[in-house]
Amino acid sequence: MKKYVIKRLLQLIPILFGITFLSFAMMRIAGSDAILQKVDVSGVVLSQEVINAQRAELGLDKPFLVQYANWLGGFLTGDLGVSYISGNDVFATFISKLPATLLLTGTSVLLTIVISVPLGILSAVKQNKWTDYLIRVCSFIGNSLPNFFVALVLMYLFAIRFSVFPVISDGLSLSSAALPTLTLAIAMSAKYLRQVRAAVLDELSKEYVTGAKARGIRFSVTLWKSVLRACLVTILTLLALSVGSLLGGTAIVESIFMWDGVGKLAVDAINMRDYPMIQAYVVWMAVIYVAVNLITDLSYRLLDPRIRLGGEKA
Amino acid sequence: MSEVRTVTERRKVMKRDSTRLRLFIFSGLVLVLLLATIFASYICPYDPNLQDLKSALQPPSIAHPFGTDRYGRDMLSRVIIGAQTSITSTLALVVIIAVAGTGIGVACGYFGGALDAVIMRISDICLAFPGLVFAMAIAAVLNGGVQNAVIALAAVSWPKYSRIARSQTLAVKDMGYLAAAKLSGSTPGKIIRKHVLPNIAGPILVTAMLDIGTMMMEIAALSFLGLGAKPPTAEWGSMMSGGRSMLQTYPWVVLTPGLAIFVSVVLFNLLGDTVRDYLDPQNAGREN
Repeated sequence: MKKYVIKRLLQLIPILFGITFLSFAMMRIAGSDAILQKVDVSGVVLSQEVINAQRAELGLDKPFLVQYANWLGGFLTGDLGVSYISGNDVFATFISKLPATLLLTGTSVLLTIVISVPLGILSAVKQNKWTDYLIRVCSFIGNSLPNFFVALVLMYLFAIRFSVFPVISDGLSLSSAALPTLTLAIAMSAKYLRQVRAAVLDELSKEYVTGAKARGIRFSVTLWKSVLRACLVTILTLLALSVGSLLGGTAIVESIFMWDGVGKLAVDAINMRDYPMIQAYVVWMAVIYVAVNLITDLSYRLLDPRIRLGGEKA
Repeated sequence: MSEVRTVTERRKVMKRDSTRLRLFIFSGLVLVLLLATIFASYICPYDPNLQDLKSALQPPSIAHPFGTDRYGRDMLSRVIIGAQTSITSTLALVVIIAVAGTGIGVACGYFGGALDAVIMRISDICLAFPGLVFAMAIAAVLNGGVQNAVIALAAVSWPKYSRIARSQTLAVKDMGYLAAAKLSGSTPGKIIRKHVLPNIAGPILVTAMLDIGTMMMEIAALSFLGLGAKPPTAEWGSMMSGGRSMLQTYPWVVLTPGLAIFVSVVLFNLLGDTVRDYLDPQNAGREN
């Protein structure tokens, strides 16, 4: 296990380099640097000498790779520059908005579990009965709905028509979290429900289930004591892996519901072409995503001793 | 025993027949959608860009089944003409990623070596970003526009195809008939064209068909964020975004383009599922 963890951590190094390099290069390709952007925003005309002097001060006249190294050093020490628009420290702004997004992610994952695990199991147990068809049709519909459409429909129904929830968030309250959570959970449940169903069906088709039936063990006992216990790890892993799509989805949903998290921050930054902010968002989302995947992978192997670790001989 | 076998066989045939019927119906419906897209400008009841401020923001009626927007433009006509941007760009995107991804994957699998190692590491890095986040950033750098939204999503989505193509190529690479083809003097190009591609086309086609719906939603999402089609162009995502502030009083301006996205995605997903069931009967009904 220790060897495997070390191997996985070493594999992360090139990926992290790649992520940071790509993010850095992308913003450079955008063809703008802090000085030009400042000139653009303030509208002050600066002479070429002043621009050059300021560039030298910020190290923008150095070769590309040196700039990258400097930027990476800043990234590691939590210094990602200042926003072109507000002039605030990018990293501090990002960190201050992160809890709201994490809260939204948490509630959505929770709601997803509550919706899709029981329905997925039910759908598998009642395979090809009308219950199964109904659940699958719902999941199919949920999968074909873009989340911004769901968000607007929910907003129209619950906030405007019936005024159950506020139209835009009034801070980190449960009632303003309800609609964004529901939006994210609908999309995620539709996908996840199918995976739970497939995992349970897979387990149900194993021979020990038939064996238990032949020995006269009640189906509910087999289901709860053996089948579900066996699929639990798979179900949890699949859930963790779907967090990636959730991270992208939060951006749109947050900006629709004015939820003050990093997703809205990113969308605002994109609209104003605030490159350092976009850069921070992309890098940090990728790092979080990679970390979630790594933890999932490790805990999967930890929880299920049947799985041989990569590199270890069976 | 023979009785049992004939029953299961008969069931298999029935299942296959019903899949074929579904394939027929859904391809027909998608064909109708595509024809409507191609001939959109002939179907539109009104000129989609004709402004008529006197009849602005009218609710759905017989004259305007989807109502009118704030410039008095007929929403139905705009939704129909919007299909040209939304559906065409989606199909272009799926074709680009399927062809490019497959090409890269086959080359990696067939030739191996340093090329394979480098490209697979690059695809690892692309897969390390949450898809839509990365696409948003690229589209922002490229300054929006439908073409750039397609480029951004293509840059994010090709690794899936090259992974599938690569593993499929590796699987057929060791087959006897490939060795035979090599011995009889076929060039790598010919072997790939005649032997590798036909054998890996199935899974790629299924993936591509199932991807159409997702990609359509992602293009619409980028447009919704202002990173795709720009306003005068009718595109479903940007139409919804443009009408957002009117949701409270004139919901049809926002909801009808959304409905169009939903219906198209449903049709493409139904066709995709059916194509999967048809080409891969073993996994029929097993979603993942």
